This record gives sequence, C-alpha cells and structure tokens, in this order.
Amino acid sequence: MKLAQRLVQLGILIAVLAAWYALTLPGRVNPILLPPPGPVFHDFGVLLTTRSIWPDLLVTIYEWVVAFAVGAAAGCIVGYLVSLTPYTVRVLDPLLAGFYSVPAILLFPLYLLFFGLGPASKIAIGMTIAFFPVALNTIAGLGLVNRGYVTAARSMGASELQLFSTVMLPAALPVVLTGFRLGGIIAFMTILGCEMISSLSGLGHRIVELGENMEPTQMFANIIFAVLLAVAINVGVSFAEARGQRWAR
Amino acid sequence: MIRIEGVGHAFGEAGNPRRVVALESTTFEVARGELLCLIGPSGCGKSTLLNVIGGLATPSTGRVTIDGQAVKGPSPQKVAFVFQDNTLFPWRTVIDNVKLGMVYQGVPKSEHDDRARESLQAVGLMEFADHYPAQLSGGMKQRAQLARALGLRTEILLMDEPFAALDEQTRMVLGEDLSVLLAKTGKTIVFVTHSLVEAVFLADRVAVLTARPGKIKTIINVDEGHPRKSDFMTSPKLGALRNELYELLHDEIRKTVR
Repeated sequence: MKLAQRLVQLGILIAVLAAWYALTLPGRVNPILLPPPGPVFHDFGVLLTTRSIWPDLLVTIYEWVVAFAVGAAAGCIVGYLVSLTPYTVRVLDPLLAGFYSVPAILLFPLYLLFFGLGPASKIAIGMTIAFFPVALNTIAGLGLVNRGYVTAARSMGASELQLFSTVMLPAALPVVLTGFRLGGIIAFMTILGCEMISSLSGLGHRIVELGENMEPTQMFANIIFAVLLAVAINVGVSFAEARGQRWAR
Repeated sequence: MIRIEGVGHAFGEAGNPRRVVALESTTFEVARGELLCLIGPSGCGKSTLLNVIGGLATPSTGRVTIDGQAVKGPSPQKVAFVFQDNTLFPWRTVIDNVKLGMVYQGVPKSEHDDRARESLQAVGLMEFADHYPAQLSGGMKQRAQLARALGLRTEILLMDEPFAALDEQTRMVLGEDLSVLLAKTGKTIVFVTHSLVEAVFLADRVAVLTARPGKIKTIINVDEGHPRKSDFMTSPKLGALRNELYELLHDEIRKTVR
C-alpha cells in the first residue's frame, strides 16, 4: 500500500523529467529559455563537487536560522502573554491574524532602507514572517487546553508554575509545533525571494545573477539545489513536529 | 468525617434573571470509612456538591468541613478526585500520570516508583504502565484515573460518575472490582452516579436528591458488608432497594424531563 503510493509519486516525478527532456529535443524550446536536463544535472554535479555554492549557501542558511530562532522565540513569548487573559485574546488575536494576512514582503523596501542590502534586511523580513504563525498558534494552542486537565491538576495540588510546565505547555505543544513548521517554511521561502529582489549574496541572489548573465544551465542547477534544500527543511521540521506529537497516536 | 453544613450553590449573581439555583441549602454527614452515593436527576447539583466538598467550587451559602476544618480550596493531602471524563494527560505514560499526581501533592521522589506500581497493581493495570492513555480502552483509562487517585493515599475519594461513559458490561466488572478494592483500603468515599443499580451495589448509604434546585430528599441505608460480589448484584435485597430508589426518583426525573 505504502509502496504503491511511493511508486505513483516516483512515476509523476519521472513523467515531469521526461516532459522536460521531450521539450528540449532539437527543434523544440530554445535551450537559452529551457536548457535540457543532461547538462543541467552535469552542472549540478559540478556545483556539488566544487562547492562553489558554499559561500552563498552559508549566507542563506545563516539568515534563515537567525530569522527563525528570533521570530519563533518572539512569537512564543507574545503568544503566551496574549493568552494570559480572555480580554487580550479577544482584542489582540484578530489584530495579529490581520497582520498575518498582509503579505510581509510589502515591508521589504522599508527593511532595505533600514538595514541595507546585506543579510540584515533578509533576517528582518524572515523574522517578521516567522513571528505570526508561531504567535497565533501559541495563542490557539494554549486556548484549546482541555479544562478537565487543569481541574484535575489543581485538585491534586499543582502550583501555578507546575500547571504551566506540566499541563499547559505539553498540551499546547502540538499546535505550537505546527506554527513552527509553517513559520520555518515561509521564512525560508521569503528569504530566498528577497535575496532575488535585492541582495549582495545568498542562494536567491546567485540564481538571479546566473540568469542575468545568460547562464541558464547553471541557473537551473542552482534552482534544483534550492528546491532540494527546501524539501530537506520541510522534511526536517515535519519530523520534529511529528516527534513532538507522537503520544497522540 | 465530612460535614456538609447548609451548602447551597447558584450560578449567576443574585437578581440576574438567568441565575440558576443548582443546589438548595443541604446538610448531611459522611462518616469515616463510609461509601455514600449521591443520586438524582440531571442538573440537580450532584457534581457541584462534589466539587464543593473537594474545594474546586466555593458554595454560595454554607460550608463543608473535613475533620472539623473548613474547606477553602483543593486539599490534595486529604481528598483525591476521579472524574467522569478522562483527565489523564495524553502526553504521559500511565505510570508517569500516576507519578505526576504525587509530584503535585509533594511526595518525596524516592517513593514515587513504589507507590505508583502499588496503585497500578491494585487496579490491575501493571502490564499497561508504559502505555500512553490513547492506547487504553475506556475502562482501562478509568482504572488508571483511579490508580492516580489511590497513589495520592488520601483518606477521602470523590468520584464523579466515573463509569458513566462506559458500556454496561464494563461498568459491572469495574463496580465489582471497586467494591473489593475499597473494602481493603477503608477510604471515605462520595460517589456520584446516575445508575440506580450502581448506587445500591456500591454504597453504604444512598442520598437521593430532588430535581433542581437540588436538596436531599431522603437517605437510604443499604446495610450490606463489603466487599460485595456478583451474587449481591442478583439478590432480592438489591432488587428491592433499587425499586425503592426508582419510586423515589421517578417523580423527580419527570420534573426535569419534559
């Protein structure tokens, strides 16, 4: 069953590759616009062996790690503070949800002026965008804690601190972790995008630069690398999320 | 000994048209080592009364004393609860749930393991000590909740319809096991139930409450030693008492179900 699903997924990927190959046969799409898969994978191999991508990769990873760590930590703290009273939840939760629905990328020109073309502006935008899903999910997670658990803990003499650390926190954790996953992934996507818009370094910057220099084969090789990195991050955070929720099954 | 002195409870402020008087001034006593069942129609304040005894709710009028001391809040050293809903923490294994109660209560850490194993043994759940609650059946979850309460080693046990969510066959078995277990421990127990048979089977005395606003209508003595086995379940004595309870409750239930 599981194997059959994997085979279908693999089949679709192979079909996409085959279509790519078919489109780039002589006389079809111009190789400047769509280079054939063979040379692209060759360049991808070169990129891995020469490690020429290393400096740009480090910049992007650094921006993402700092942005995510600070944004998620701020989201947890603000989410917790808001969840303390029903009043603050009623007033502030819709406000946060409203800000979350505004595309954070609108702030990027502002951040460029504030923080310059370097990593700082990408960290700022990544932080902003990671903050909201974490804050909103923290509020939701703490708000959904079964009242019965709290009553039971109180009846057994739990202190306020024990109530938080042994009931509220573990009960809210699955929902908070989902916020982490969302925040982590959209922060990565946004950072990559902003590197493409205005930057001096980073994976996104490198991809745009190769395109502008008319190096489509190398550009595609770098795009494949970025896609694989995004997949790796997704798998990584999903795994962490599942670990945190394993008791639920 | 538990004394309930003129305890009444209302939800909502005085003068509010939506104010609901759940419980009218109620006075009775529960003797040491006695199992008293509270039975009555839905909404008559049985659970409220239990929460007041355990210090989880503050009564609008009157007070509860345990061994002469007024109850002002949860008293984990004296009182343990078993709730109707499963309140085991799903992120902890069964044995860790039992131990957590002791952490809250302030039991020295060195005693946790022995005490937790002893209470799991008592409810027959030792094999499932390392399971998560989601892996247990409804009946086993309630046994685990009982183990958590027993681990606290309180003199008083308050049980709020602990078997209400279970099927009848499971209830019967759990009821028999409970009778055996409680005969050994000699705890003072207040047990809220909807089931007439369960009340007669388990209780030393059954307190019948009226429809809302609830007050004690009468208290019947069961007068049968513990532990009670399945032959008591089928005895004419239990049948007669069950019928007596039915007569007492019938009119009250009619008032609430229209």
